[in-house]
Amino acid sequence: MTTPTNLKYAASHEWVKTEADGTLTIGVSDHAQEALGDIVFLELPAVGRVIKAGETVAVIESVKAASDIYAPVSGEVIAINDAAVDAPDSVNADAYAAWLFKVKPSNMSELDSLLDAAAYTATF
Amino acid sequence: MSHPNPAAAPQRTPLFESHLACHGKMVDFAGWEMPINYGSQIDEHHAVRNDAGMFDVSHMCALDLTGADATRWLRHLLANDVAKLTTPGKALYSCMLNDEAGVIDDLIVYYFSADHFRIVVNAGTADKDIAWMQSHLTGFDCALKVRRDLAMIAVQGPNAREKFWQAFPDTRTHTESLMVFQGAILADRKNWLVARTGYTGEDGFEITLPADEVAVVWQALVDAGIKPCGLGARDTLRLEAGMNLYGQDMDETVSPYDAGLKWTVDTKDAARNFIGQLVLATRRCDYQFSGLLMLDRGVLRAHQKVITLLGEGEITSGTFSPSLNQSIALARLPAGVAIGTEVEVEIRDKKLKARVVKPSFVRHGKPV
Repeated sequence: MTTPTNLKYAASHEWVKTEADGTLTIGVSDHAQEALGDIVFLELPAVGRVIKAGETVAVIESVKAASDIYAPVSGEVIAINDAAVDAPDSVNADAYAAWLFKVKPSNMSELDSLLDAAAYTATF
Repeated sequence: MSHPNPAAAPQRTPLFESHLACHGKMVDFAGWEMPINYGSQIDEHHAVRNDAGMFDVSHMCALDLTGADATRWLRHLLANDVAKLTTPGKALYSCMLNDEAGVIDDLIVYYFSADHFRIVVNAGTADKDIAWMQSHLTGFDCALKVRRDLAMIAVQGPNAREKFWQAFPDTRTHTESLMVFQGAILADRKNWLVARTGYTGEDGFEITLPADEVAVVWQALVDAGIKPCGLGARDTLRLEAGMNLYGQDMDETVSPYDAGLKWTVDTKDAARNFIGQLVLATRRCDYQFSGLLMLDRGVLRAHQKVITLLGEGEITSGTFSPSLNQSIALARLPAGVAIGTEVEVEIRDKKLKARVVKPSFVRHGKPV
């Protein structure tokens, strides 16, 4: 299991990467994909949707069960990963390459409440 | 899934250490600590469909029934009729009903002779099953013995029997002529029961053997190339095969007629008087038990609402089918919804399309 140190994490198992242009790329952690098992379906938010930190924005279905994905920060969805929708098992193969959606954040200070790799790893 | 005693520590089968050695991911299932998978449940599923896989089913409970009234008692206790069993080793699937014709459990009964049977019941229901059976023994000359000294392995898949024989060549002559749903007791193997039964829709054996030798047998089967498979794959395999799961597709509040199990209720002998018979005789069939094939993207799950032109129904089991690469389900629908009809399923905030099909999706490696 890997937990890259250049990312921030939500306790609900999403990872957040800050891009050079200030947008955020969001996915689920390696720990989460392992717990979910074989992932077979992704339901991602519509591009343009305005999301609030903490609300349900996406659903990951493994063979086993459906799990909600929560918005780690507030903002506007500016892109979703269609390649991951077409090949949901890519999240199992590499949870950090198979991002789910990108957000233009409305409140950068929300990033401060996310966990670093060490603090996230300590939650399980 | 019922949990008989949530406070108690989960029980372990004699193969617990073997599962850990095979990197099994252990979860609580009906009060038992069992492997959900050993890595990928989809790989395990395909192993059973295309080659050979095996399951620890030692959490299920074997009971031996002996005595002069054994046949008479089972004909009263079970909705299916053991009188049709005349070949030694032959097995029968049956529901055990309560007085209101609700399903207490579904089980397999093996016939050895008119005064000797083996019954195998589900893990989560074993305690209540045994209590129910004991309470109905009065007036019958027969006795039940709980066989927790036994363990069970199911080897399943097109190559399962061949690989089992590779591991245990001496068993071949006794087991290669077994019919489907027939078992043989191997006297020179400490009375192993090797039966051509399973819960996957594939050929194979279920082997019941002394608990103290099961770990060695498991390892020999691993060495013969049979892939350990967890409960996750067991569920997708049985669902593709259209086989019911107790506690999900039926329970004590559901009659076998509303769970697609009418074929297991034998009413030919009107004089038989089995438990639940009177209620069943006056029962209308309000529901039909059907399969659903998802047409949109998404995964069907238990308890989702199904909307048909004849009213609402409910999914009782749903999953993603690794063989078909789309979602499938078993559902209780209003009676009269035709096969082939398109219906809607409520999934979260959406209504998605599914087609009503016969409740059997994959058998012997092929879509039905």
